[in-house]
Amino acid sequence: MRNVVYALLPVCAFSVWLFGVSALALIVTAAAASVLTEHLFSKLANRPSSVKDFSVVITGLLLALTLPPGFPLWMTAVGGFIAVALGKMLFGGLGFNIFNPALVGRAFLQAAFPVAITSYTPAMARDRFSEFIPTTLALPFMQPAALTEWIARVRVDAFSGATPLMQQKFDHVTTEILPLFLGKVSGSAGETSALLILLCGAYLIARNFMDWRIPAAMLLSAFLAGGAFHLASPAQYPNPFFVLFSGGLMLGALFMATDMVASPVTPLGVWIYGALMGLVTVIIRFLGGLPEGVMYAILLGNAVSPMIDNLTQPRVFGTRKKAEAKS
Amino acid sequence: MLNGRRFSRGVHPPESKEQTSHLPIRRLPFAPVLIVPLSQHTGAPAVAIVREGQEVVRGEPIAKAGGFVSVPMHAPATGRIEKIALAPSARGDLAKAVYLKPYPSASQEILYGAPQDIEQMTPEQIVHAVQETGVVGLGGAAFPTHIKMKVPEGKKVDTVLVNGCECEPYLTTDHRVMVEQAGEVLHGARIAMKALDARRAIVGVEDNKPDAVEALRTAIGAATDITVEAVPTRYPQGAEKMLIQALFGREVPSGGLPGDIGVAVFNVATLAQIGDLLPRHQGLIERVVTITGPALSKPGNYLTALGTPLRWALEQAGCTDEAASVILGGPMMGSAIGTLDVPITKGVTGILVLARRDVKNHRPIHPCIRCGACVDVCPLYLNPSRLGMLARKERYEEMETEFHLNDCFECGCCSYVCPSRIPLVQYFRISKQMNRERKARERAHSNA
Repeated sequence: MRNVVYALLPVCAFSVWLFGVSALALIVTAAAASVLTEHLFSKLANRPSSVKDFSVVITGLLLALTLPPGFPLWMTAVGGFIAVALGKMLFGGLGFNIFNPALVGRAFLQAAFPVAITSYTPAMARDRFSEFIPTTLALPFMQPAALTEWIARVRVDAFSGATPLMQQKFDHVTTEILPLFLGKVSGSAGETSALLILLCGAYLIARNFMDWRIPAAMLLSAFLAGGAFHLASPAQYPNPFFVLFSGGLMLGALFMATDMVASPVTPLGVWIYGALMGLVTVIIRFLGGLPEGVMYAILLGNAVSPMIDNLTQPRVFGTRKKAEAKS
Repeated sequence: MLNGRRFSRGVHPPESKEQTSHLPIRRLPFAPVLIVPLSQHTGAPAVAIVREGQEVVRGEPIAKAGGFVSVPMHAPATGRIEKIALAPSARGDLAKAVYLKPYPSASQEILYGAPQDIEQMTPEQIVHAVQETGVVGLGGAAFPTHIKMKVPEGKKVDTVLVNGCECEPYLTTDHRVMVEQAGEVLHGARIAMKALDARRAIVGVEDNKPDAVEALRTAIGAATDITVEAVPTRYPQGAEKMLIQALFGREVPSGGLPGDIGVAVFNVATLAQIGDLLPRHQGLIERVVTITGPALSKPGNYLTALGTPLRWALEQAGCTDEAASVILGGPMMGSAIGTLDVPITKGVTGILVLARRDVKNHRPIHPCIRCGACVDVCPLYLNPSRLGMLARKERYEEMETEFHLNDCFECGCCSYVCPSRIPLVQYFRISKQMNRERKARERAHSNA
């Protein structure tokens, strides 16, 4: 598990470079809240603390990376607590969670704080290393500061607060593919750089810590589904590369859909699971009310993964004849 | 040419055979006391036909077969029967055994037996004669060989498959037997062909033993009834179902036997013993055992009298005080034993003595994270992850009816790759035993 943490560190570092101290505080808060929650629940259950297996650190980091960089820290801490408590420890800890814990936390935050979680700030803001985004330090249960003025003050030309997905959905402005791929755009703290996420994922795949089939299936299916929409109506829907490199798809496909606990184990099952998530992502993005659909797509995939497993049990050695005879 | 291909899945653990693969077979001296268990094979135990204090000659029968699925035992040395009593077995329980005290001057020459002409024998006579030799599967399963030499009812066997894969790491007994006793192997194969009325024999050897392939091909010469095939080195290539898949591209039906697709599989060492013993009408009294491992100063391939206690064998092989764990068989399918008073039996292929630095006991078992690594290596396409979870919930019956537990031949690939160190194959052994006990109870209940 430690290797997954190592693989996420470059993504975190890029996030800090892009969004400044706020992103750093966000990541540290989410990780600390998650780790403390796991420790607390281990103690409550009279079990040895399971913090040392590092899986909870991954949860904390992933949660932070999916949040807007200026997300209030107290909400982040609530999210970390919910992710680990509700998403993992109540089910029995590592190995028993039905859903990806980080996404459980994020889904809770999305429902509880719909404004804060859609308040994005521009990348590469002025003074980002010396000054927090105003919303970051909002006090618990207080109205976070309005961002419009602050954004107007710090924003550097060519960087807007709206994420590429929002611009696409609401303003029909499609961001260029290259900056999108490299990641110097507005967005959630760690989701912007498709390139960096791909490299980090490739490291894990090369070290055999990750099942390459799930991201491959998910990205391929999102690409094909996006391509189909684009071909049907090029004016209305962006090209499939935009689908691939925007929003949380890359981070979700490589680091969250691959959560082994909540994904199928059968060789055919992982392909179906990945393909389903890619398709649902595109459907939510293009046909739903939200600009982004990766989170719900993965949660849905998690929910049906036991069923996929049951339906795709491997054909046992020496049973081919019987199956053929039956059909 | 055969439509061969690799079997799918499996693993490739470090082979670790270099310690003994080049060492010629050497004899081990007799231990002060030999312990010959009456049940060294699958099936009914043998029935002792000697009494305490009786003198026996090396090779003389000391127990008769307890039925058709059973084999006789022979005296491994000239000496006196000390007692017939319970002795510890590798499984951990006590089993009835004949204690034999060899005479100090006993020679290793075999004095018992009379030549017989195999050419004149009918298949039935060969099956009977093979049973009399007491030979069982020497690859580890210890299934009585004569039963496999009888053509199954209503079937036809056209191919004798000689299994020389020896895919278990560390073990080199079959390797040395093929190199040094290629003639006996082929002779045994031809006896099996005659008994089964098979038209051809194929020897499958993993390609990490080129000298064995060479020795066999030289011994075959111009003959065309037997061929040698090198198969890729991959564990568990030596499982008969995997070997058949690799050579013929066919799968033995689930729950079935190789006989269902016209093949009979024998281990090379088994056939070498038959090729050696049958013409002289002698019984199985010794076998080659690889005694190896990092904690030995004199590892080797030792021709060992059956009944030799492990303690004696390990002393002869130079066991050092580094020894931490003694495993009967190979590291993948063998089992660690708790006492050195266990004797070497017909099914013991090797003794592996691991040093302290190699043994990591007491490492915690983590929960299954459903990574699917076990599913990706299971050569029989089972779902060890699911089976393991069911075993933890004690849902043994479901494991058998829904998830093909009984197809598992316990190769241990799943345990080997599990990142959470879940002892999956051990779970499955226990589960199978629980199912057997439950069925026995149900039978007893319905009879009552």
